[in-house]
Order: sequence, then C-alpha cells, then structure tokens
Amino acid sequence: MSQQPPVKPLARVRVTGPPRHRHTPGARTGDIDEQTELGEVYLGSLLREQLALAGRILGVLVLTVGSLPLLFRLFPDLVEIEPLGLPLSWLLLGVVVYPWLVLLGLRYVRRAERNERDFVLLLQVLDDDPGSSP
Amino acid sequence: MNMDGVPGLVALVAVSIATLAVGTYGLRFSRTTSDFYVASRSVRPRLNASAIGGEYLSAASYLGVAALVLTAGAQMLWYPVGWTAGYLVLLVLVAAPLRRSGAYTLPDFAEARLGSRRVRALCSVLVVAIGWLYLLPQFQGAGLTLAAAIDAPKWVGAAVVGAVVVVNVSSGGMRSITFVQAFQYWLKLTALLIPAVVLLVIWTNDGSPQGTGGGAGWSLPLGEGSQGLYTTYSIVIATFLGTMGLPHVVVRFYTNPDGRAARRTTLTVLALLGVFYLLPPIYAGLGRAYGADADDTLVLELPRLMVGGLTGDLLTGLVTAGAFAAFLSTSSGLAIAVSGVLAQDILGRRLPGVTAFRVGATIAVGVPLAAALLAPDLSVARAVGLAFAFAAATFCPLLVLGIWWRGLTARGAAAGLLVGALGTTTGVVWTLYDGAPDGWREVLLGQPAAWCVPLAFAAMVAVSLARPDADPARARVFMVRLHTPEVVPLDRG
Repeated sequence: MSQQPPVKPLARVRVTGPPRHRHTPGARTGDIDEQTELGEVYLGSLLREQLALAGRILGVLVLTVGSLPLLFRLFPDLVEIEPLGLPLSWLLLGVVVYPWLVLLGLRYVRRAERNERDFVLLLQVLDDDPGSSP
Repeated sequence: MNMDGVPGLVALVAVSIATLAVGTYGLRFSRTTSDFYVASRSVRPRLNASAIGGEYLSAASYLGVAALVLTAGAQMLWYPVGWTAGYLVLLVLVAAPLRRSGAYTLPDFAEARLGSRRVRALCSVLVVAIGWLYLLPQFQGAGLTLAAAIDAPKWVGAAVVGAVVVVNVSSGGMRSITFVQAFQYWLKLTALLIPAVVLLVIWTNDGSPQGTGGGAGWSLPLGEGSQGLYTTYSIVIATFLGTMGLPHVVVRFYTNPDGRAARRTTLTVLALLGVFYLLPPIYAGLGRAYGADADDTLVLELPRLMVGGLTGDLLTGLVTAGAFAAFLSTSSGLAIAVSGVLAQDILGRRLPGVTAFRVGATIAVGVPLAAALLAPDLSVARAVGLAFAFAAATFCPLLVLGIWWRGLTARGAAAGLLVGALGTTTGVVWTLYDGAPDGWREVLLGQPAAWCVPLAFAAMVAVSLARPDADPARARVFMVRLHTPEVVPLDRG
C-alpha cells in the first residue's frame, strides 16, 4: 500500500436535458384535497373497486368454506366418502382449506395492488394531458 | 419432584432464557418512545409475519385445539379454520387502510375517524377488557402446563410467565418483542412438528391402529341438530370476524412501513398459520388411537404415552418448550397492546412516555395474573372463544364501517359498541355462572356471536342514519387517507 493517497478522480457528472415531464400528480390530487366533484369521482371509483373486490373474495369464502356446515347437515352421508383414506370432512377442514385461504389472499393482494397502480396512473395521465389542466 | 419432571423443567428454563436473550438483543435497537409502541414502523413483512404468527398462536391453538378435536371431533376443526380465515377477512377489509390510518392503537383509530374523545375512552375500556379476557386463560394454561410437566403448584407457571412477560415488555417494548415473537413462531412450529413426525412413524410401525372413541359424529363438521348447526355457525362468525378486533393483532399492523407491506404481511401470516394448524388434528387423531385423556394436557402427555425412554423424554421436553413459548408470546403481545392503551390514555398525562409504558405493562399483566390465581379453571379454548366473540361484536363493526362507510358517526359507533359489548358480556357471565347447554336460551347465550354481531352492525348503522354527521367533510378527508396509496402526495390530515 502506498502512503500517498491516490489522486481523487473527478466526480462523474450526469449530462441531461431539461426535464420534459413532471410526473407529480399535483393538479389532480388538488381535486381530491379540495373535494371538488372531480376529486370525489376519482376517490369514489377507487373505493368502489376495492370494496367490490373485497366483496367478491368474501363471497367466494362464504360459498366455499362457509357453506360446509350446511352442506354436511343436508347430506350427512358425505362423511362416508374417503378420497385419500381420510373422511371428506377431515380432508377439507384439516388440510385443503389452508392452501385455499392462501390462494384467495394471494388473488386479493394482486388485484388490490393493481387497482391502486391504476389509480396512481390515472392521476398521472390526466395530469400530463395539457387539455384537461384547469 | 421425580425424574419425570426433568425434561419439562429443562424446557421451561431454556425457553425463558432464550426469550430474555432475544429480547435483550432487540433492546439494543430500542431507544425512542416510537420504538416502544410501534417499533418505529419499520418492520419488514417477513419478520413481521413471523412475529404476528408467534403472537397469535396462543395456548388455545397449541394445547386447546388438539384437546377439543379429540373430545368432540371434526366440528372443532372450525376453531383453527376460523382463526386462520380471520386473517383473510382482515386482509380483505382492514389491513391496508388500518395501517394508512396512521394511528397507534384501536382507540387512536376511533378518535381519528370519529373525532370523539368519548368513543375513544369507550374503545380503551374495551381493549383492556378483551386483553384481560384473553390473558386470563394464558396464565391458567401456564399453571396447568407446569403442573403437568413438573408437578409444581398451579400458581408457579402463571407467575413465571407473568414475570418474564413484564421484564421483556417493559425493558424493550415493541421493537424488542418483535424479535422474540418471530423466534417463538418458529420454536412453536418445530416443537409441534418434530414430535408429530416421530409419533406418526411410531404409529405406522405399530400397524396404524384406528381409534374408536367419539361415536358416529366424530367426522361430522358440525354439532348435533339445529342447535349444533347454530353453535357451529356462531363459532364461524366469532372467529372469522373476531380476529380483526383483537388488540394484540391490530397493534401489529401499525409496525408495517406502509399499506402495501401490511397486505403482504397478512398474506404471509395466512401461510404460516395454515402450516401450523395442520399439526394439532394429528395429535388428536393419535390421541384417539392410543386412548389418551381428552383434556388440555393431551399434547404434553401424548409423547410419553406412545414412546418411553429417552425419545419420550426428549419429545416431552420439546412440546413443553413450545407450550411455554405459546404462553409467553401471546401474553407479551396482549401485554403490549393493553399497556399501550393504559400508558396513553390513563398514565400518559402524568408520566413521561417510556416510564408510562413500563408502569402500564406491570398493571396490564398484574390484574389478569391475580384473576387467574383466584378464578376457577376454564377451558382454555372456551375462554379464548369468548374473547373472539367479544371482539367480533365490538371492534369488527367499528373497523369495517369506519373504513368503508362515510356515514358512520360517533354516536352510532358508541351505540354499536355498547350493544355488542353488553350482548357478549351477558353471554360470558352466563357461561361462567352456568355453563351447561341444554336449551335454546343457553345455546344462544353460550355462543353469542351469531346474534350479537348483526345487532351491533345494525345499531351502528341505524343510529348513524338517524342523526347524520354535522361535518361530513372530516370523514371524507380521513377516507382519502385510508384508501389512497402512500405514493400519492395528498393532504393526509
């Protein structure tokens, strides 16, 4: 190792043109902040999307898992079915239900994040379009 | 004490030391008041999910489920299924908005959404009530476990768990406890998984004996007659909807960095719980095949029942260690939640932040500990089930309507909370007073969720509609904050 510190190279300078687009959704968030009718429409659409998504997932949960007690009450003979050496009730409630819940959760997370991405994009696209600026 | 107690004693000491050691490791990162309450909101989804799993899997899951399933068969599988599905409901309706609300605790959320000090105070009382109702069986279970493992008097187990929790919680707060909880999820899973595998191998070598106990209804996933159907659905409603209202679960969501992380954390929790809950029914099945006693000590005694010698001792030590991890982690989580509320709402005005939290922790643990020593024994899963029903009938409507319906008013929320709390309290008191279910009235009071939850929702909606908010803009601003992703630079209040 040399005792002299090496000559420091000049810091790299990035050469760029003037910024062409500002991707901050300023004007549209203003609509939401000021609670104009337009802002109401934006937020209302996101809220409805997310609530409908939640409703769909919960609906599937109720139909598939929530209906089981009723199903076994109406058709008690289902217990006699033993697909993998286990009675159907044990197989469904002891094993199958858990991966199914994870699958439903995974689907919800994907769709909810997509809804939010779309919402952010909507604000940006509207903001970049000069015709719609106030 | 005879030699049989050695594995249990070794396990107890090892778990207590490991818990304190991991807590001390986390202590190096705990400096500010924010660290104490919400780990400064910087816990990554994987660590946080393990921590939630560790905190959530209580004595009821670890010991109670296997015993219930052995006693009553497949209908009791609804408890673990509901305790897992509760996280799906929470994920879908509450997770991200709750994190984005930016509040520390449930009372904070109520105040931020409704702008009412009275509703906040009501929520604080309810948090403490649910927390204590949930802590009581943990301490009783600890006493039971230590009595089974080393023949100690029942108060010893409760006192040991209480002491370790107070030391850990009050020394490191949320930041430190996050590491402890995450460690304890994996400890609990290992402690139940390895013995289950070994015991299944032994069972196969024994020629796979089949059990005969439990009668014809053992495989039927619901109770007998229309009362049985009602009971099953009431359990489903309490567990599916109660999870989101448990204070120790909710407080964890504020430790996520943002709403997106809150969702991912919840999804990971679903997977972790699903893996864990595959195991207790195996113990129930083996217990049936080998004629084990159907009480809360089933998991602890099954290894020795099936295999003797050193293997039996090692497996017994392992399951006992897991059981202690279950008491410690759930009690710690509940103690954090309750002390957070006590410190903020009662002690906060008189004491500085961190001191208030430490005093709060001592009170949060001391009261239910005393009650556990004085009160008669209650089935662990039964008491926890009542805590779920209570949460489902109070905080579930508050959260769901508060997050998704602009029209909820402070008056409406208070009405619903009171209706739900009174309804389930009647049920709890009745069950403690006279537990035998023989008529419809007893069945309805013993499992109050199915009628209390709709009633609480109805009360909130009706009272809110009767006298709408004078200032709807407030609610609207808050809704914006709850539902828009953090990247959007909005006025977040």
